[in-house]
Amino acid sequence: MSLSYKPNEMMTIAAARALRNDDVCFVGIGAPSAACNLARLTHAPQITLIYESGTIATKPNVLPLSIGDGELCDTALTTVSVPEMFRYWLQGGRMTVGFLGGAQIDRFANLNTTVVGDYHNPKVRLPGGGGAPEIATNCREIFIIMAMGKRAFVDKLPFITSMGHGPTGRERRALGVASKGPTRLITDYCIFEPDPETQEMTVVSIHPGATREEIIENCGWTPTFAASVAETRAPDALELEVLRDIQARTKAAHGG
Amino acid sequence: MAKFLDLASAVEEMVHDGDVLAMEGFTHLIPFAAGHEIIRQKRRDLTLIRMTPDLIYDQMIGMGCASKLIFSWGGNPGVGSTHRIRDAVENQWPRPLAIEEHSHAAMANAYEAGAANLPFAMLRGYIGVDLPKVNPQIRKITCPYTGEELATVPAIRPDVGIVHALRADREGNVLLEGITGCQKEVVLASKRTIVTVEEVVDDLRASSPNSVILPSWTVGAVVVVPGGSHPSYAHGYYKRDNSFYIAWDKVSRERDTFLAWMEENVMSKGPDAFAVHANGGAA
Repeated sequence: MSLSYKPNEMMTIAAARALRNDDVCFVGIGAPSAACNLARLTHAPQITLIYESGTIATKPNVLPLSIGDGELCDTALTTVSVPEMFRYWLQGGRMTVGFLGGAQIDRFANLNTTVVGDYHNPKVRLPGGGGAPEIATNCREIFIIMAMGKRAFVDKLPFITSMGHGPTGRERRALGVASKGPTRLITDYCIFEPDPETQEMTVVSIHPGATREEIIENCGWTPTFAASVAETRAPDALELEVLRDIQARTKAAHGG
Repeated sequence: MAKFLDLASAVEEMVHDGDVLAMEGFTHLIPFAAGHEIIRQKRRDLTLIRMTPDLIYDQMIGMGCASKLIFSWGGNPGVGSTHRIRDAVENQWPRPLAIEEHSHAAMANAYEAGAANLPFAMLRGYIGVDLPKVNPQIRKITCPYTGEELATVPAIRPDVGIVHALRADREGNVLLEGITGCQKEVVLASKRTIVTVEEVVDDLRASSPNSVILPSWTVGAVVVVPGGSHPSYAHGYYKRDNSFYIAWDKVSRERDTFLAWMEENVMSKGPDAFAVHANGGAA
């Protein structure tokens, strides 16, 4: 019997599966935080989750609304200052993976969370980069979680807030950056990975029920499909139960 | 030695029109009561510095206190936009707002450089991104030992630094625990400082010899404002009021609802209005 679930749940569960038990993960707020904690509560109980507020090896019982909720500090192994977090722990090369979201992404997994339109005369002013510009280059690899749509998956970014593989896919190496950059992009329809030659994010797995047509329809560039495309394993009962539990606890806690 | 003052006197004495002002607290211990007092005293032309402007600068900018904002992430965390900051940047309301934008890593380094009495900070950052194209303060330096190119930003040396802390003792020594952000750095980098606290006690009750304590002689003024960081929070006193952050989205979206809220909750109130929150999250 198949379980019923939402595309958003499939996305979070597929993202959680990308994380390993021995990862040290710099966690972005929102969807990345849900995926990282789902991993911790299912297959990766020993994963080290780190938030930029300075909380190291935190085990929140409810998902934080902000990057610095007290829950993160109360359940952390230790909490360090923000300068120390960025200098010793992120720049120091301690993170195996950084987990990011974004407002806009291009085919080389560069992200924009800064501005739509001209920077000095913006059409839409977005929050900005926060920790992302340095997370993107100082973590050993980057996972990205984002729901698809033509306004989010764009052919050309108005602004590069954090570098994926660069505007042509070659800049990372040219700039002497040794880390891998985005190795996986998890969406509500499918999973992308960079092509080993071009670094273009390429569809390698399609979620059950989603189609190639839908992926093309919701992508601002013409997406490339890998020679062999897998079907993403559907969520199992435990994954759905744990995800829904933590989301219910979170909603109750933030409702006030 | 720190002086114990009431909030109105501390702001009157320390914060002047045109000042460069940093009010820190990384989600935790944001000095909202002090921000409200600055709004009530109608300070103008401030250059406001904060990594995350948060609702405190949304309110101050919406009320016309600032002409420039230096920041690294300007949203309502987990909720969406800071609408008053957006209105100032996109529509120049209530007045134009110049921005100087950085990354978190750069600002954290810049505060540390300020505290360390250095002229600039360097970091392995801003690689392959567009911010250096629009912020001329982001520059480069070549390592004299390895030849590696590194990013630089100027040290932050505010005229005034304001933070909220857990408590002070009767000599004015100040304790911070929990998420301590850049608060120590801000206090040590600033020319003048105000620290608001939840309470004054005989014994600081630091939970570890490594707790963050700012000695009295590094602090300008200590002001007791119980609940003074609401809707942010104070570790061990009250929790972050996440429902307030969610509700702020609607309050701040339109100018008239924002102004009405500010009139009712800030302009016609005083610092004692925060006391009701002081034990709000203690349960």
